[in-house]
Amino acid sequence: MTVHTSDEAENVASVLARAASRHFGGTATIEKLGRESGGASRQTWSFDAIVGDTRHELILRRDPPTLGAPRSKAESDRSVSIDRATEFRVLGAAFQAGVRAPEVLFELAPGDGLGEAYVMRRIGGTAIARKLLRDAPYEGARKKIAGQLGEILARIHAVPPGGLPPLVHREAADHIAGQRRALDLLDRPQPVFELALAWLDRRKPAPTAKPVLVHGDYRTGNYLADETGVTAILDWEGAHLGDPIEDLGWLCVKSWRFGAVDKPAGGFGSREELWQAYERAGGIKIDPARAHWWEVFGTVRWGIICHNQAWRHLSGAIKSMELASIGRRAVETEVDLLQLLKA
Amino acid sequence: MAQDRPTASELLAAIADFLREEATPALDKAEPRLGFQMRVAVNSLAILEREARLGPDADAAEQARLAKLLGRDGTLDELNRELARQLRTGQRDERDATLMTHLDATIADKIAIANPKWR
Repeated sequence: MTVHTSDEAENVASVLARAASRHFGGTATIEKLGRESGGASRQTWSFDAIVGDTRHELILRRDPPTLGAPRSKAESDRSVSIDRATEFRVLGAAFQAGVRAPEVLFELAPGDGLGEAYVMRRIGGTAIARKLLRDAPYEGARKKIAGQLGEILARIHAVPPGGLPPLVHREAADHIAGQRRALDLLDRPQPVFELALAWLDRRKPAPTAKPVLVHGDYRTGNYLADETGVTAILDWEGAHLGDPIEDLGWLCVKSWRFGAVDKPAGGFGSREELWQAYERAGGIKIDPARAHWWEVFGTVRWGIICHNQAWRHLSGAIKSMELASIGRRAVETEVDLLQLLKA
Repeated sequence: MAQDRPTASELLAAIADFLREEATPALDKAEPRLGFQMRVAVNSLAILEREARLGPDADAAEQARLAKLLGRDGTLDELNRELARQLRTGQRDERDATLMTHLDATIADKIAIANPKWR
């Protein structure tokens, strides 16, 4: 998705020049501005800001103002994402606490006209799972990533709650209710997801004594890594308070192994390797039954997200063959669920 | 009246082969972003080819199993709606061996169409 009108790019560049000058306290020149990826509603732009003799390599995260209008009921029911201003403060608190995450620098003002947006430092590495799992330069990194993901996650869960903006607190029961509401918005009955949710409901873990910062989308594809391993955790819009094991279960969902099915920890290692690194870095002791519960839940969650993605096309909200085709991926999680429920 | 050959499955396979082998390499050179989109399209056509070939028998088998499991007749949608209701209310669960045999067979047929390489 590198397509943008040059008018739009020119407007973004001039706003960024003003905002960067304000932040760095000197006249900023913008170079190498380009759209990175993402859809129409959540944009990522890469650029350099030159201030005096210093070149700052930066990223702009942005929700354009036209799409900041109230969303349709169906879409807001499906959405559990935090807004950009909250994401900015969560990332700031995580970075402060020593989490390997991008350093956020400044927010854009409403008068700047870019919509909800903020700027952070650019970090090297790739998020593309296929490269990390198969390409030669990452051979050394592949042995380290599972352990690093465990360590970093322990740090995320240790972020002091006092420094965080207000976040939704979601426990197992809330998640089950949310997924059932999502199923009710689909037009076809879903027996396998109903079976799995009933299984989850009967076995749901007690609410956590001490809810922590949960990343909410901690998986391969959502972090950057280079030859040394993980460089930064990205995609914090699912952040909430809750059970720390939720993130560990989600990371082990089979879909995030991208074909490396015998390596549950994001395609890079065993569950045990992940859990040991997590515990060594100060995380709570992992109860395997509780971890299994969250892995089953994560599998349901991804399957229902597949249906919701297709629904964004089917409802007419966004015309997209790519989103439509994701609907046919939901059955992959049904296969996995029938295996998991027998385990 | 039946259509002439190629059948739906044969025609879809011919289109998918053409797009994969001739159109995609040309697009990759000219416009990589569209090359990626074309791969998504080719993959979807391959799903439709398998659905045209395997779907009707799979649907009929699913409906027959559901009618037997639930002890009533109905369309595929009506029967699945009743099964989904029974599962949510806990009238049936994974300890029901007939239910699990039915779901295993249904999902095996679905994945054979959507993504036979999934494991």
